[in-house]
Amino acid sequence: MEVYTAMRHFADSWGLLAMTLFFIGAILFAFRPGSRSLADEAARIPLKDD
Amino acid sequence: MKFGSGIILAGGLWYVAVMGAAFAVDEPFRQHMWIAAFVLAAFTIALMRKTSFEPQPPVDDNTYMDEPIRYGVIATVFWGVVGFLVGVVIAIQLAFPDLNFEPWLNFGRARPLHTSAVIFAFGGNALIATSFYVVQRTCRARLFGGDMVWFVFWGYQFFIIMAATGYLLGITQSREYAEPEWYVDLWLTIVWVVYLVVFMGTLLRRREPHIYVANWFYLSFIITIAMLHVINNLAIPISFAGSKSYSAFSGVQDAVTQWWYGHNAVAFFLTVPFLAMMYYFVPKQVDRPIYSYRLSIVHFWSIIFLYIWAGPHHLHYTAVPDWAQTLGMVFSIMLWMPSWGGMINGLMTLSGRWDAIRTDPIVRLMVAAMAFYGMATFEGPMLSIKSVNSLSHYTDWTIAHVHAGALGWNGMITFAAVYFLAPRLWGRERLYSIRMVNWHFWLATLGIVLYASSMWVSGIMQGLMWREYDEQGFLVYSFAETVAAMHPYYVMRVSGGLFYLAGGFLMAWNVYQTIRGRVRNETPMGMALPPRGAAMQPAQ
Repeated sequence: MEVYTAMRHFADSWGLLAMTLFFIGAILFAFRPGSRSLADEAARIPLKDD
Repeated sequence: MKFGSGIILAGGLWYVAVMGAAFAVDEPFRQHMWIAAFVLAAFTIALMRKTSFEPQPPVDDNTYMDEPIRYGVIATVFWGVVGFLVGVVIAIQLAFPDLNFEPWLNFGRARPLHTSAVIFAFGGNALIATSFYVVQRTCRARLFGGDMVWFVFWGYQFFIIMAATGYLLGITQSREYAEPEWYVDLWLTIVWVVYLVVFMGTLLRRREPHIYVANWFYLSFIITIAMLHVINNLAIPISFAGSKSYSAFSGVQDAVTQWWYGHNAVAFFLTVPFLAMMYYFVPKQVDRPIYSYRLSIVHFWSIIFLYIWAGPHHLHYTAVPDWAQTLGMVFSIMLWMPSWGGMINGLMTLSGRWDAIRTDPIVRLMVAAMAFYGMATFEGPMLSIKSVNSLSHYTDWTIAHVHAGALGWNGMITFAAVYFLAPRLWGRERLYSIRMVNWHFWLATLGIVLYASSMWVSGIMQGLMWREYDEQGFLVYSFAETVAAMHPYYVMRVSGGLFYLAGGFLMAWNVYQTIRGRVRNETPMGMALPPRGAAMQPAQ
């Protein structure tokens, strides 16, 4: 198969699936149970200093 | 020895530049190399005059490295004024074409000087300086790399000088926002990799366990710009002593590569790292944490995953395959959500502190910046829709859109950051004048309104005139007629630019006086208002 065709097929199949799953995973991870207090703590990082 | 590596490096580069001038195969390259040699010689001599052979005191790792940031703030203000000034000049050239002074100062050469000065010199210096400030404070660690930080600062200034003088000499590879030729590109690549090492090194030695979200935005900016810059500038020079190169791509591939770079320069240079500034400086200035930290994480990943695909919307109705055009359009429209999510996140940080808009002109600048971010990211997806684009493309509407974003969002958030940083970096009690910040805010706002509205009208008129047919199917207007019709709007744009430039001068004066340690005697902003009708009470 031509390189262009092979890359195109990869891009709209496994590549797309992998990126979508990573994205959904990252969002779900941000909202996992117990993340609220950690996030609130992280949000205070700039305010702790000088 | 103090500055030892700097002297050796600059001296070595001076030798390379002189050899380049000696063996140059074309005249512009020879002139450009003489400019480089002159700049490097001056820099080397300046370092040699300041060097000392006494043992240097050990560096205290518990202090922040702020001196390069001070230089960066001054460079930001300086290049900002220069960039705005060149912008006004080219706006006048468009209104009055007689002012195109051949060959060095015609519009074609001065225009990339303006875009590069405001994006890479003003914006870039602001980003490098603020990223060094923010990463140290949020990691509670000194910058990694010692003199490498200085190399990033001075190396970047050298890139700016080489790019700017190259344009005026007519050296360009004519790629939008990537006009410098191959040798300047190689230099920027080296500087950028060292920047990445400094930033990553600082993150790795952080004392704060969590990496604050602003640093994610900065890091993705550094990494993605490296990738974009290298791939977009893949080219074969015709000679190692010549200024001309040819792109590694051809035809449609070249166009798609250019706009993959071009739009992601907007995304990862003008949006993502400026959002990092928002995520640090807005909470600091109003002394409240960001509205929702988890929303900022969603904001980050959505922007990363969506922006990179939006480039083909610059190539609607061209030879680029239809599916690629539609892909660019769809991803641009999807960007509405994270952009507005981010804007809301920034604005809502003020909830409970909205009175700061009345009392603190720096907050006013920040709020206006976020509002313009929202407006520009609303307009952008709309313009990416093919049917809208068929009217707007190649017209001044695009110019209006770009300047609403650049002057409103990038400019104002940078001004706010400069005003935040100046008193802190130089250990002053406050800025020289708060009221001058307010003046700057209104001058800038008025300038943007004049600029954007005149270009909106001009652009839509231009697009409508281009496509108007009579009943027999002939075009109604010749191209020259559309140009003549735009003249009044071009004059209006100049006035908008002059307002914005005047604001830039005020900032330069204010920062200069702050550095000198002076405080202007003035009534504080936002004094408590007298109770309603108090003036009408009879005297007791």
